[in-house]
Amino acid sequence: MSSTAERTPPRKLAGVVVRFAGDSGDGMQVTGDRFTTGSALFGNDLATFPSFPAEIRAPAGTLAGVSAFQVHIADHDILTPGDAPSVLVAMNPAALRANVADLPVGGTVILNADAFDERSLEKAGYEKDPRTDGSLSTYQVHEIPMTSLTIEACKETGAKPRDAERSKNFFALGLVSWLFGRPVEPTLAWIAERYAKAPVVVAANTLAFKAGYHLGETTELFESAYEVPPSVLPPGTYTNVTGNTALAWGLVAAAERAGLPLFLGSYPITPASDLLHELARQKQFGVRTFQAEDEISAAGAALGAAFGGSLAVTTTSGPGVDLKAETIGLAVSLELPLLVIDVQRGGPSTGLPTKTEQSDLLHAMFGRHGEAPVPIVAPRTPAECFDAALEAARLAVTYRTPVFVLTDASLANGAEPWRLPDVDRLPVIEANLTTEPNHVRADGTAELWPYLRDASTLARPWAVPGTPGLEHRIGGLEKADGSGNVSYDPVNHERMVRLRAAKIAGIASALAPVEVDDPSGDARVLVLGWGSTYGALAGAARRIRAGGLSVAHAQLLHLNPFPSNLGEVVRRYERVLVPETNLGQLVRLVRGDFLVDAVSLTKVQGTPFKVGEVEQAVLDLLAGLDDSPVPAAGVPPVVDPEELQ
Amino acid sequence: MTDTAVPVTSRKDWASDQEVRWCPGCGDYSILAAVQLLLPELGVRRENTVFVSGIGCAARFPYYLSTYGMHSIHGRAPAIATGLAVSRPDLDVWVVTGDGDALSIGGNHLIHALRRNVNLTILLFNNQIYGLTKGQFSPTSESGKVTKSTPFGSIDRPFNPLSLALGAEATFVARTHDMDRKHMMATFRRAHDHKGAAFVEVLQNCNVFNDGAFEGLTGRSQREEALIPLEHGQPIRFGHDGHLGVVLDGRTGSLTVAEVAEVGEDAVLVHDETRDDPGLAFLLARLSSSVDQPTPVGVLRAVERPDYGSLVNGQVEEVTARRGRGDLAALLRSGTTWTVD
Repeated sequence: MSSTAERTPPRKLAGVVVRFAGDSGDGMQVTGDRFTTGSALFGNDLATFPSFPAEIRAPAGTLAGVSAFQVHIADHDILTPGDAPSVLVAMNPAALRANVADLPVGGTVILNADAFDERSLEKAGYEKDPRTDGSLSTYQVHEIPMTSLTIEACKETGAKPRDAERSKNFFALGLVSWLFGRPVEPTLAWIAERYAKAPVVVAANTLAFKAGYHLGETTELFESAYEVPPSVLPPGTYTNVTGNTALAWGLVAAAERAGLPLFLGSYPITPASDLLHELARQKQFGVRTFQAEDEISAAGAALGAAFGGSLAVTTTSGPGVDLKAETIGLAVSLELPLLVIDVQRGGPSTGLPTKTEQSDLLHAMFGRHGEAPVPIVAPRTPAECFDAALEAARLAVTYRTPVFVLTDASLANGAEPWRLPDVDRLPVIEANLTTEPNHVRADGTAELWPYLRDASTLARPWAVPGTPGLEHRIGGLEKADGSGNVSYDPVNHERMVRLRAAKIAGIASALAPVEVDDPSGDARVLVLGWGSTYGALAGAARRIRAGGLSVAHAQLLHLNPFPSNLGEVVRRYERVLVPETNLGQLVRLVRGDFLVDAVSLTKVQGTPFKVGEVEQAVLDLLAGLDDSPVPAAGVPPVVDPEELQ
Repeated sequence: MTDTAVPVTSRKDWASDQEVRWCPGCGDYSILAAVQLLLPELGVRRENTVFVSGIGCAARFPYYLSTYGMHSIHGRAPAIATGLAVSRPDLDVWVVTGDGDALSIGGNHLIHALRRNVNLTILLFNNQIYGLTKGQFSPTSESGKVTKSTPFGSIDRPFNPLSLALGAEATFVARTHDMDRKHMMATFRRAHDHKGAAFVEVLQNCNVFNDGAFEGLTGRSQREEALIPLEHGQPIRFGHDGHLGVVLDGRTGSLTVAEVAEVGEDAVLVHDETRDDPGLAFLLARLSSSVDQPTPVGVLRAVERPDYGSLVNGQVEEVTARRGRGDLAALLRSGTTWTVD
């Protein structure tokens, strides 16, 4: 046995995927979040995937109560939280059982040995102890009595064992921090600040963290530590941001850049509530948040605020969108700016409240009675949620229309490093409130015709109450083109329906063309996605190219209207693959709009695509081409040899 | 929004150029007249006045005023008006609604607007019927009512709008009727001047689908013996020469109507609209459960409470004063940051 001094130096890795799993009361989200921040400060690129049950505290020790946090860190720019963990930290048998199948052969398992008593094994549904029945033989298993070591380490604080035991997640964090050479100071500083009101907790968490770290350093449990060197990121100031936070900040930024007060009408719903929480904290920006009595009122109040000249927002998830449909329809008819944020989750009905899905696209597109077109923006990464909020606000204000922003649970809760923009260079949103009459009556008096449109955008005037001389009435009844007076004239109705549709369709002319990533220029297959699948699709394209084959990739940010070059793009390729975490919604729009025989790849498991899944689908498609570049038997998926997986 | 004096206006300045399209003889005409006559007297500006409505006959009201207005969706006017009133405390926001709009499809929004005490003036035109959909029973229709949707009589029990408003602890609750312009104008004026949510039930005749529903109360010959006018600080007496009075029965905790000559003047309840506890106002609202019973009109309750918008905006101001005006660049740097050179 070698002494510490003679230990193997850290092995260098290009990247690693770590999953922390435990009971939902075990603090796994905090643990993962701290490991992530430590890695960010160290300079790694990263992506995270938190996963937790819908129940706040499912029965302890059961599979239903397992909460997990996966983080992918690397020395290069990465796109996803990783297909599979290479290191699994399991705090109890249920956490092991729920996650171990995801671990590839040779993966590392770090177990809290104290939690593997007979009763816990039984609760997890194990008939035999997996540590001894050979089922873990293909992994490197490290059994560590984390609970008892934590209690021992915390003795000096005077905390009762039952309380001290709760610090075991920091023990695990300390151990894994050592294993991957994470800096210690930021975590200790965070503990001191976060629990400042409870000095005993600060002491216990600090001691537990250090005990875990020292265990790795001084024992022979691990052959060596690993080193994931910093990534080379473009210069700038970075922060680690989740999609929900980025979106909330983007809304604040949009209001600032539009010179309008921000009004949020919302009703608590998973996974969108954090938007309400974050904005409720930002009153110093003049933000007014209204927690309404229901989803309908939340949208209604926002629309009322829009009438009054606020940048109005309502935030929700699928079930809330159902209820807001009539208000969105009214906003279409009133032609007032209204941002509708849908953080999508598994459906139908209550579905999977904490799990991700992209199944509301057609709902956003068509989920209202009558011809009621609404622009749709779908950010592709957590950080891009910030830009998407600004873009959606720009469209809403410029075109006087409700706009959907479709994110999802994986974007909302997932985090990545974000290079902070220069706030003075963010786009300015021209609110262009109307202050002067635009029409003269036969008797010579000037007045406002609320439906007299701007010739280029077809937007109508936005004249807010309080403006003298522009008093007018608007409503959900059909109105006469121009004057806005109630009109049941059939020809006028057709004109108004077509004008509203033309206004939204016309946005396309002002959108940037869709960018296609086709570095070799000779790709025959295009992978077309939207929203949060960006990382998996771009990652699959990278792997295909690493294997010497060509593939093109485009990821839509605007789903209604489509960028004006999209038809040309999809017709340029022999085959178009459309991966979505639904049963094929974008693919219907693409096929319908462009008459191309696009192929759908779908997954509805409440989890994002794995890179490998998309990669295999592309390879299968390539294999089916005439004069295929792929051998008929197919090729095995190419894995990044530098990464530990 | 200017400092100059509010211009002197008359009824015609507050009428829009749109043709009024209610059925001839509808009670809504007299309510519209009362509002158009009152507005010039309130010392408010047209541009700062907004009428918001939902769906139904009453909901056409905003089209006939030359103010800002929104004809919205069924039942949602209190919600929409809440967003407007909270974000624009400088405006006078009125909600015009009906019994189906406010008490059926929009019941939830109404009670929460009242509970929060949003600064709104809510006029509920109660005609006890669905008019715009041509005659189905409404949530205020009497049990047993035969309508197109209840050919064998309605089995629903009706809401008492005032009980509902008082149950939500509305800070201003009143009732008036479409046959008495002076009383309407006085009641609407009080409601308008009230800071917070003011709720007024207006008994309104639908002469097409429910004609004469309130005739027993509001008809000129019946009024004196059937309506109980409430005056703050005055004994609650009505009838010819005030021969009837409202008496609190201490043993049963209920209100009854009695001959003043029998019980004595001192036994008659003195109306106090400012009582903090809405219990007595609730008893007054429950005094009558049909048009056959003497029914109170006037202000049942008017208490001072901070209005919702003032509280919302107060928090915004207080936080801004304490933290200073928000700085976007600082917000983006409020988490852990690091720099790459």
